[in-house]
Amino acid sequence: MVDKQTALDWYRQMVLIRRFEDKCAEGYAYAKIGGFLHLYNGQEAVAVGAIGALNDDDDIVTHYRDHGHAIARRLDTKALMAELYGKETGCSKGRGGSMHLADASKHFWGGYALVGAHLPLAVGMAMRHQYTGSSQVSMAIFGDGSTNNGGFHESLNMAAVYKLPVIFLIENNLYSMGVAIHRDSAIDDLHKRAIGYGIHGEAVDGMDPLAMYEATQRAAEHCRSGKGPVLLEAKTYRFRGHSMADPEYYRNKEEVEFWRQRDPITNWKKRLLDEGLATEDELKAIDESVEREMEEAVRFADESPDPALDTLCDYLYATPVENGDLCRQQQAEKPEYVR
Amino acid sequence: MPVITYREALRQALREEMLRDDSVFILGEDIAYYGGSYGVTKGFVDEFGEKRIKDTPISETAIIGAATGAAMTGLRPIAEIMSFNFILQAMDQIVNHSAKIHYMFGGQFQAPMVIRTPAGWSQLSATHSQTLEPLFAYIPGLKVVMPSTPYDAKGLLKAAIRDNDPVLFIEHALIYATKGEVPEEDYVIPIGKSVVRRPGKDVTIVSFSRMALESVAAAEELAKEGIDCEIIDLRSLRPLDMGPVLESLKKTNRVVVAEEGWKSHGIGAEVSARIMEEGFDYLDAPVKRVAGIEIPDPYNKHLEYQAFPHKADVIKAVREVLK
Repeated sequence: MVDKQTALDWYRQMVLIRRFEDKCAEGYAYAKIGGFLHLYNGQEAVAVGAIGALNDDDDIVTHYRDHGHAIARRLDTKALMAELYGKETGCSKGRGGSMHLADASKHFWGGYALVGAHLPLAVGMAMRHQYTGSSQVSMAIFGDGSTNNGGFHESLNMAAVYKLPVIFLIENNLYSMGVAIHRDSAIDDLHKRAIGYGIHGEAVDGMDPLAMYEATQRAAEHCRSGKGPVLLEAKTYRFRGHSMADPEYYRNKEEVEFWRQRDPITNWKKRLLDEGLATEDELKAIDESVEREMEEAVRFADESPDPALDTLCDYLYATPVENGDLCRQQQAEKPEYVR
Repeated sequence: MPVITYREALRQALREEMLRDDSVFILGEDIAYYGGSYGVTKGFVDEFGEKRIKDTPISETAIIGAATGAAMTGLRPIAEIMSFNFILQAMDQIVNHSAKIHYMFGGQFQAPMVIRTPAGWSQLSATHSQTLEPLFAYIPGLKVVMPSTPYDAKGLLKAAIRDNDPVLFIEHALIYATKGEVPEEDYVIPIGKSVVRRPGKDVTIVSFSRMALESVAAAEELAKEGIDCEIIDLRSLRPLDMGPVLESLKKTNRVVVAEEGWKSHGIGAEVSARIMEEGFDYLDAPVKRVAGIEIPDPYNKHLEYQAFPHKADVIKAVREVLK
């Protein structure tokens, strides 16, 4: 078991993620948040345990259900909520939205929205670590659906060939959007796919932050010692739909109830109380501090300015072009719209 | 000034940049011990070692994705895609990641990388002979260059390696052996600058890559009849520098756009449209496009030669705009 401070910290982070997602759902209902919104409820232990085991300078890329990972990496919840509100103060300056949260200063290189396509980015980051002789590792977090995509195969093979320090972390929540795993994957114990690349693969209880932490620590050690990549499979479940548009016709109440009994927050809370690591009052105080942080995040997001319309073309190029910048030419001729 | 081949110019640019900057490395299929499918990186592995000359699996998605990830975290990768046609396997990485990460994350990080790849054709049939540059020139966030001479190839490749954005550097298999003057001292050619390849007063020919060379040959022949062509070599397709094209149009009032690719939705379509928008008043005749015939490339050498445009297509088009 971890020490009391860590145990309480993990509790706070998991509650923070859960409440953040609930606030997102509210913001979506009030049309403060637009586009696609994929919430992380149920999977909190995966992010908190796995990311908690990494060093601050290890690199992370993740998928579009990325709020929980960003929070576990300690990105500022104000900047995260502001990003979802599309504001200039957002972590990606309102240009990315829910699926593209990032903070380079925290080596959190972003959420990516094409299934399985971000795995090669983590391979490249690990290539950089090997190239410079650094002991950093990179972690790619992705869903079970990604493992049926070509990017998964190419990335695991390449990382294995070069013995790159990459932790490939599958969040197996049993559904590729609405398709159950037994309907789209030849096997459902996805960590066994590691065998085909001659690398270490391991299943982990994704509803337990401690199990996630320990497995990730082992994986990171394996990577840092030059033994090559590791494939971790977190067995988990999402409590909400795939996105806000999901009517959830594809799964039954019994199954949802089975997983609800394994709620990572409820169970971690019970464990802390049972093992005398926390009192009800301490946990209540944490819940309240999370509420205050959430209120502040929502207020900050709400009150922050939208990006100015004349910044539309900013950031298109890192090395500006002298001629042929059609973007600015078009923008100069355009009527101004504010929605 | 030394006269060297287009291939040698590329080799010099790569080698000099690797010596100048430790963060530059090359990855791609068969680039190390095989030396590259067109021999551009031959011998490099002996000089720079496997760390900096990395043979990869046949995994275009992972090659481009890994180059992007390495670039985001501080290296300057040069990814070689063995044939332009194979780049379709990496389309998602280029369009959705390399080209977008700087904008999409609010300028927090960048992808200083080069993708080198040879276009061209030579009885390789339908899937190995495509002219795909318009697909990439369409994408905001990318820079796309397609040099026609050894001098431009070296200067633009150096600029591409030093640039902080992803640059697609498209070579051409049929011009690797062409020769030209290349200075020994270090120089770069800025990305996004068209150039007057040959001054003239009667007709403007806008072109790039192999068709720019065909256009020069066409102009020489037309000069014997007293027709004086001005040739603008675009060199960069994105950003597209229309300045020299419009300046030339003001002088000649007639334009031919010559490219190797299919006609519909091509570079010629874009250049023509920009001339309509920005130089209509100077036109004395409709813009004429020279382009490839719209079919999958046939294997038979006569059919294939017929399908692609050459010097004679340019000559015919020039005569037509002068009518």
